[in-house]
Amino acid sequence: MPLVRFVEPNGAERTLEIVTGTSVMQTAIRHSVRGIEAGCGGCLDCATCHVYVDDSQLHAMPPASAQEDAVLAAVAAERRPTSRLGCQLFVPVGIETLIIHIPETQL
Amino acid sequence: MNGLVVVGASYAGVQAALSAREAGYAEPIRLIVDETSLPYQRPPLSKGFLLGEASEQSLVLRDETFFRDKGIELLLGTSAVRVDRQERRVALADGARLDFDRLLLATGSRARRLSVPGAEREGIHYLRSLRDAQTLKAELDAAASIIIIGGGFIGLEVASTASKLGKNVTVIEAASRLLERTVSPVVSQFLLALHHQNGVDIRLSETVARLDKDGDRWTVTTGSGAALHGDIVLAGIGGLPNIELATEAGLACDNGILVDAHGATSDPLVFAAGDCTSHHNSFAGQQTRLESVQHAQDQGKAAGSAVAGKTSPYTSVPRFWSDQYAAKLQMVGLSHGRDHHVIRGEPDQSGFSVFMYRQNRLIAVDSVNRPGEQLIARKLIGAGVSPSPAQAADLSFDLKALPLPRAAEGARP
Ligand SMILES: Cc1cc2nc3c(=O)[nH]c(=O)nc-3n(C[C@H](O)[C@H](O)[C@H](O)COP(=O)(O)OP(=O)(O)OC[C@H]3O[C@@H](n4cnc5c(N)ncnc54)[C@H](O)[C@@H]3O)c2cc1C
Ligand code: FES
Repeated sequence: MPLVRFVEPNGAERTLEIVTGTSVMQTAIRHSVRGIEAGCGGCLDCATCHVYVDDSQLHAMPPASAQEDAVLAAVAAERRPTSRLGCQLFVPVGIETLIIHIPETQL
Repeated sequence: MNGLVVVGASYAGVQAALSAREAGYAEPIRLIVDETSLPYQRPPLSKGFLLGEASEQSLVLRDETFFRDKGIELLLGTSAVRVDRQERRVALADGARLDFDRLLLATGSRARRLSVPGAEREGIHYLRSLRDAQTLKAELDAAASIIIIGGGFIGLEVASTASKLGKNVTVIEAASRLLERTVSPVVSQFLLALHHQNGVDIRLSETVARLDKDGDRWTVTTGSGAALHGDIVLAGIGGLPNIELATEAGLACDNGILVDAHGATSDPLVFAAGDCTSHHNSFAGQQTRLESVQHAQDQGKAAGSAVAGKTSPYTSVPRFWSDQYAAKLQMVGLSHGRDHHVIRGEPDQSGFSVFMYRQNRLIAVDSVNRPGEQLIARKLIGAGVSPSPAQAADLSFDLKALPLPRAAEGARP
């Protein structure tokens, strides 16, 4: 199973298995990774599952859909080129460990 | 120290328990629920789960380890049957008793039952729990047709899912337009057209007179005398708050357990949150009972913090979403008493929003496929900032450019 490494703003890390077909947000919520709220459970309604994909892996990620892009406009922390919504993010084939940075705030 | 007992472990109960911990509550927390599965998400039950896209696993709200890490004891499959406020004790169906210092009721709501002749028959579906969804899914997979009574959110979402699965779908709705009490007429019209395009037969201004079953086939006789035949009957005619525990315990209730902005009931040791409560909502300007994930979580947060002695009043802007076919419908604010509206964009599937006003004040925005606009609208309504109707209707006007009062900048979107 692919892995996802969550890096908190203070550098603390947790590496978790990501069940195939589940999103980065779902993995975070089920293992109570701090800093991801996911108020809408993945329905593109809340912008509280904002994460940053590691620079080194950005090229491997499929681009955000128009709807994800629109919701990203409303994230609470700084929006960067690496900003994505965790609920729309799956580990692409070919990546063994996806590295995800958690923003300072979601609310 | 007997700590906190929470009855009901869905959005409100889980959030309240977590918020109590996060606000520093150090006593034991016990979370009890009559369902046997780990707390799960309900919105996908009528959408992804029924469609077969979301598995039971993927619905889980929080892992068992989550509760363990937070020191929250989860008691599954047991229901609270009585609350003794003098003794500060909850009696469970299995005969056990739990003593508490603080009690939090997050019992949610249940599906309103049909009351026409034939409604007592076995096999009429309602959709509220994972169990309900599992039985409905099993039958729907094998069925060719479904008759849905009620054109509310649950009815319309199931209609959309069933039609995607290739079933023959009929929806019977008593009102003259869809979602009459919740969305603007423009959105009602849009949804009606959308369902028609997808082959769903929607009967507006129509009621159900009786239900009959012959073998496996249902016949639904309508108020106007039509006889509709189908393999499955589902009723989605609204929810009723689960307030029996509270009323029997003598807590003040009126279509919901009455709570203040901190989730406190008429007994200062007892709190309540979620679908089962009624609160004075400043956006509605009146006593309100809401059924939404946002409400259950935000009110749960306020109530949980209050249990820990921290105040974090519930003041969020009400909001709701629904997915039907490829349309993402989102609503923010409460539209009672609207006297004017403007449309931003073209009312088609590419996306539009309806801005609703009461005396020149923006009170609600419905959007279809415009999540970005919706998030801006949340901030505006939350901060009490109203674009003029002309600005709202003008796609070239940047709504984000409107200044928000300082305090609202960091407000929850
Ligand atoms: C099919 C469906 C689709 C939905 N879609 C959306 C949507 O798209 N967007 C949205 O915002 N909302 C949606 N909702 C509404 C949303 O799910 C509810 O508003 C939310 O679940 C309310 O949470 P709650 O914690 O207040 O109560 P509930 O989720 O109702 O949970 C209450 C829990 O308490 C348990 N309980 C009750 N009495 C007792 C007792 N005496 N002892 C022990 N346990 C007890 C119940 O069994 C239940 O598990 C949907 C609901 C359904 C059913
Ligand atoms: S969980 Fe709400 S937008 Fe991702």
